[in-house]
Parts: sequence; structure tokens; C-alpha cells
Amino acid sequence: MSKELIGKIVDNVLQGRRNKDDEGIEEGMAGEPGVAELVQDAIDSGIDTDEILLNGLSRGMEMVGQKYETGEYFIPDMLTAAEAVEEGMKVMEPHLVKGEDGSGKGKVIMATVEKDLHDIGKNLVSIMLKGAGFTVVDLGIDVPAARIAEAAEEEKANLVGLSALLNTTMSNMGDVVKELEKKGLRDKVKVLIGGAPTSEDFAQEIGADSYGKDAFAAIREAEKLLK
Amino acid sequence: MIDKTSLGLLENPGILCYHEESVSLLEKAGAKATATREGEHDAWWVSIPEKVVRQALETVPAKITLGARNPENRVILEAEGNRVHFGSGSETNYWLEVKPETFVSREDGHERIIPVMKRNRGNLDYLCRSAHLSEQLENLDFFIRNVNVQDDDITTENKDVNVFFAALNNITKPVISGVADFDQLEKVVNMAEIIAGGREELIKNPVVSFITSVVKSPLQIVAETAEKLIAIARLGLPVVISTSPQGGSTAPIDEMGMVAQVNAEALAGITINQLANPGAPVIYGAVPVRARMDDLHDMYGVPEFCHYNMDCAQMARYYKVPCYSTAGVGDARVPGIQAAVEKMYTYTAVPFAAPGLVHYAFGLLDKTQTFSPEQAVLDNHKIGMAKFLHRESGVNEEAAERTLKTVQEVMHSPYRMYARHARGMLRRGEIFGGFPFEGDSEDQDQTLLNVHEHLKELEARDKQYLPEEICKKIFDTTPGLLPRLNPYK
Ligand code: B12
Repeated sequence: MSKELIGKIVDNVLQGRRNKDDEGIEEGMAGEPGVAELVQDAIDSGIDTDEILLNGLSRGMEMVGQKYETGEYFIPDMLTAAEAVEEGMKVMEPHLVKGEDGSGKGKVIMATVEKDLHDIGKNLVSIMLKGAGFTVVDLGIDVPAARIAEAAEEEKANLVGLSALLNTTMSNMGDVVKELEKKGLRDKVKVLIGGAPTSEDFAQEIGADSYGKDAFAAIREAEKLLK
Repeated sequence: MIDKTSLGLLENPGILCYHEESVSLLEKAGAKATATREGEHDAWWVSIPEKVVRQALETVPAKITLGARNPENRVILEAEGNRVHFGSGSETNYWLEVKPETFVSREDGHERIIPVMKRNRGNLDYLCRSAHLSEQLENLDFFIRNVNVQDDDITTENKDVNVFFAALNNITKPVISGVADFDQLEKVVNMAEIIAGGREELIKNPVVSFITSVVKSPLQIVAETAEKLIAIARLGLPVVISTSPQGGSTAPIDEMGMVAQVNAEALAGITINQLANPGAPVIYGAVPVRARMDDLHDMYGVPEFCHYNMDCAQMARYYKVPCYSTAGVGDARVPGIQAAVEKMYTYTAVPFAAPGLVHYAFGLLDKTQTFSPEQAVLDNHKIGMAKFLHRESGVNEEAAERTLKTVQEVMHSPYRMYARHARGMLRRGEIFGGFPFEGDSEDQDQTLLNVHEHLKELEARDKQYLPEEICKKIFDTTPGLLPRLNPYK
């Protein structure tokens, strides 16, 4: 029974179905329970939250990653699967034991830096991080450095992910590092940057911890930094 | 206006006809013929009045089926339809072999793999390979022999049966072809009957159709081809009247002049065909090309070529006769940037006029002198793009309703992304796949190398040979077939 439910969760992550209203990759699935309903069922039947998280949601997302690598899945498939995982996490949240704050692999603040409005790449990174089991607080676009540092403090974040697509705004990433230092948070919060004009070298230059060239690198680097 | 000018030409100067039976068919219908001598040959100036042409056009079927070994691959041509089918052709003398070789740069000492090319004379084996490859290319809808076989054991007497068999034994799509020797026509038809399962079956599912270049531009009807045309008309098998004048030498180079003449030539052919057998399936074939100004060779990748061909397709539509047109020939000698420009240009333009058939579309280079299988694979992709471009518009009532729903939904979702919506289309195959042969080098175009690898995979796929008993029957009843073509021997 529990095996079957967990298996169904995996399948529905693969199908990218948040809830019963969604279509899957194969058509004609609308109406069947999706990830939200299945996770609720699993909790109601007493299955351990760890089990749901590890063998259901995370396992599903891992398989999605593999399918992407073999060329069977594309970015839209990854995004819809990640959304389904996020929906499952929302259902789980109130049931997680105290001490386990539901942040899974860690808590990440994501933002596009001040004066920059580009957010397609940043959203992709946010959604994929969520799908990989991180808790993500997304502050949106055009976010001043001081506000990012403040949020990191309030949310007790482990990682700040910054995005910039303009060479005129990338220097604002350095300001975020400085603001974190000012608040005495720099040793508690790692900084990961990304966006087309940025680079490994640039990360070092501004004192960030790491750089990721795409959403997969973002997951890899975040996992490395928060190990 | 084109119609009026063409009919004017058919009346005066009329056509110069070298075929006596055609002359008498035309005379009986009301044309005026005056005997003359052209060099060593008897010939007739035939003035064809408008009403003779109009009457002939009335009996032309507006819908023709090109049969195929696999009935799912049949092509249905409708004179006023919008479906454009792409096929191969024509007989090239050379087959271009691509061989990747490793070179070391004198500049930087780095090794690079460069495709080296070699032209080989066409032969039967290449023809079989080409037909098998054509079976694999999903955007190829019909097959016209595209390699001229120059084997030592091929003669005038056995060529037709062998090339038809080589094609029919390797492809299950419609085969359209010319017959080199009139005396072989009967044997070829007999072979087709065996495959189709009898005479009546062949008429219903004509696994072979024919091409006759009955016109020698300007405005001359050739005796030998006219004879074939009449014979095929009487058999009731589909035939393309093909005329290929060159603007600047055998036809006027300006759009009006070229199209008026080529249209008159096609009409003359169709008229003779219908007089021989009213209601016989006939296809308006026009292959007007432009001359190159420096050497008077054909030139295909130019705007005038598109004008000529699009005009002809519209004329065929106006007469309600299915149309055979042309696109995709490279003037370039080898695959590369020039070939891509020339080909993509005509693949895109010509289908705007919606001819039912577009031939010459796969692998042709060096103004139809050379066939390159790698180029054919590349062309398959380009034609996919053209087909996608010219498909039915996605703007309609149902889509409008769907759009309102989608946008309303996405605007209230967390990241306002249309990825879920895109995924649906992706999975339904409604999103074009992009360039499949993209390389990953930063200093070299690897397209041809990647295509070469893909070609090897396609060529390794199973062969769709005719069933053994059919092969046996064909070999038993067809003199001249070379035993080495028999896959079951
Ligand atoms: C879409 C776009 C826009 C859209 C943005 C819409 C939106 N919702 O984001 C609009 C139209 C608003 C826009 C505006 C402008 N744009 Co603009 N834009 C682009 C464009 C075409 C695509 C960016 C994109 O979304 N790419 C797709 C995503 C998936 O890729 P990505 O963003 O790079 O993200 C990936 C990685 O970089 C990485 N990543 C991204 N963030 C992060 C974060 C972390 C932590 C990690 C680890 C990884 C990571 O992972 C992502 C996923 O793989 C780029 C061109 C380009 N090729 O990049 C120009 C571009 C970025 N824009 C440019 C310019 C100049 C502008 C404008 C100034 C134009 C103008 N004159 O008005 C304005 C600026 C507005 C502003 N103040 O920000 C220039 C920037 C030049 C430069 N180097 O400074 C570019 C490069 C175009 C160009 N070649 O000129 N733009």
C-alpha cells in the first residue's frame, strides 16, 4: 500500500501533475489524483514524511533529471515536474516534525539584483532548486542589496542566490556581499551568483562563494555549498 | 493574361511537331497542320486553336492518385488542393562521397576532422542505396530516380527494367520515372502489374507513374517521347508532361515571356495526351529555369526561378490540372553555405503557390549534375521546415478560446511562466525541433560530419524488399533483369 502510493507520487512528479486538475505528459490524466492529493493520502495513511520526501518527491525529481540528460525530457518537463514537487512540499509543511523546519536541503533567498528586471533565468533556477528539495524564498526583481541582506537575516537563510543579466547591474552583486558582511552574516550565509555576464572569476572578484552557469549548476553548487 | 498569351502562341507560331500521330490527333480535333522538313526529319507546323485546348482541359481529371507499394504512402493530388509533396529526381551523373579525414593545422598544431569529398560515377548500387535512403527520409513523399546508372552491364535494352526494379524493390513510396526506351515500356508496366496484383489493381494503385519530356523548347514536340506519351495515356497510367526551357536560351528570360511559353508547351502536351485518351490522368509539369549569364548553364537558386515556378503552379491551378514543380536544386557543387542558401530560398518560396508535387528536392547539387546523400539528409530537414512553415495557420476560434484560458491561468500562477503550456505542445509534436545536426565546436562547422554519421545510421536500417514470390515472378517474366539485383538469389 505504502509502496504503491510512493510509486504513484514518483509517477506524477514525472508527469508534472501538481493536482487532479492537471494534464500529464500523456493526455487523459486530468481527474486522477496528482502529487498534492497523493501526498495528502500518504500522510493520512501514516507514511513517514521522510519516506515521502526521499523516495517520492526527491526520487521523482532525480528521475526527471536523468531523463533530461538522456534527451527524453526538455526544460518545460523539468519545470512542470519541479512545480509538482513544490505543490507536494506545501502539503507536507504543516506535518513536518519540530526542528525539521521543512527547509529540506536548506533555505535559499533568490533575487535579481537592483536595477535589473531579467527574471526568466532566475525563476528557472528558483523552481529547479525547489524541485531539488531546497526551500526558496524568491524576492523577485530589482531588489536592493540591503533588502536581500535583511531577508537573509529574517529568514535565517543558508544561501543567497543572485541573478544579473546586465553588465551594468552585475556590480550590485558585490554590494550584497558587503551588506551581508555589515550585518555579520557572511560566515552563516553562502553566496551563489549567476546570469550571462557573470563568471567564476567575477564571483571570486566580488567575494561570492560560487558561480553557476545554468540551473543544473545552481543545484550542484548549492548542494556543495550547504553540505 | 498569361493564358491569353500562351493560347496566342499555340495558334501562331503554333508548335513544330515531329510526330505524325500527334499531328493527326490534333488535326482531327480542329488544328491546322502544314508539312515541312527540318534537317533530316519530317515535321509539321501545327496551329492549335483555343477551343481545341479548352476541350482537352475539360476532360483532365482534377484528382489523381499516385500509388505506392505501401498504400499508406500514396499521394493524392488535387488540382485545387493545398498539399505540397516533395520528391527526389533527377538523374545525376555523379554520387558525392563524403569521407571525414584528420588534418593537423600548421598554425596551431591542433588536429581537426575535415570532411573530404569525392565524386564517383553513378551506378545501380548507388541507385538502390538512394531509393533505400529515400524510404527513410520522412519528408520525402515520392521517388524519382536520381542516379544515372553507368554500369558496364547496363545497355539501352536492359536499362529501364533494371532501374525500375532497383527503385521499386527498395522503396514503398510512389515511384515516378521516365522510360528511356519505348520498347521497354511494356516490360516495366508488366513488372508494375505483378507488384500491384494485376492490370486493374495497377490502375487503382499505380505504383509507377511516368514522366515524359515531350516538349523540346521552344515549342517543339519530339517524336519518340510523343509516342511514349500516347502509349502511357492509353494505358491509363499517370503521366507528367515535363517541359524545361531555360530562360535566356530556349525561352525568353523575362517572367512574362518565360511563363507564357512554358505554359503553352505544357498545354500542348496535355492536349495531345487527352486527345489520345480523354480522361487519362495527366500532370502539368513545368521546370522553367534561368540561364547563368557567364556560361549559359542552368541556374536554380535565384529569384527568377521562383517567379517562373510559382506562376506555373498558379496556371495549373487555374486550369484545374494537378501540378509538378521544382525546388531545392543547389547550383553549389558541394554541401555548404552556398547550397543551404540556394535550397532554403526555393523550398520556402515555391510552396506559396501550392503545387501538388515538388521534385528535384533532395540532395541535388551542381545544377542537378551531382547527388549527395548527406545533402539529401540535410534537405529532408529543410523541407521539414518548409512544410511546417506552410502548414495550416494556428489562428482560429478554438485557439482563441484556449488562449484566454491559458493566459488567465498563468497570470495568477507564481512565476507567470508558460512552460506547462509549452510542454503540452512539445509532447503533441507541435513544436519544431530545431537544427538536428548542430555541432559543439567553437571554431569549426561540424554539420556535415554529424550528417555523415546520421546517414550511416539511416543506411544501416532494414531494407523493404519486395516479397520473395513477387521477386521471383518478376525475374521469371522480365528478360534483361540483372541477377545481382535479386535479394533472394
Ligand atoms: C528576455 C530579455 C529581456 C526581457 C526580460 C524579460 C524577463 N522576464 O526576464 C526584457 C525585454 C524586459 C529585457 C530588457 C532589457 N534588456 Co534584456 N535580454 C533578454 C534576453 C533576450 C534573454 C534573457 C533570458 O531570459 N535568457 C534565458 C534564461 C533562461 O537564461 P539566463 O537568464 O542567462 O539564465 C540562465 C543562466 O544565466 C543561469 N542563471 C541566471 N541567474 C542565475 C542565478 C544563479 C544564482 C545561478 C546559479 C544561475 C543563474 O541559469 C539560468 C538558467 O539556465 C537577453 C539576451 C541573452 N541572450 O541573454 C537580453 C539581454 C540580457 N538584455 C540586454 C539589455 C541591454 C536589456 C535592456 C537594457 C534593453 C533596453 N535598452 O531597454 C533592458 C534592461 C531592463 C532592465 N533594467 O533589466 C542585454 C544585456 C547586455 C549586457 N551584457 O549588459 C542582453 C544580453 C541582450 C543583448 N545582447 O544586447 N531583456
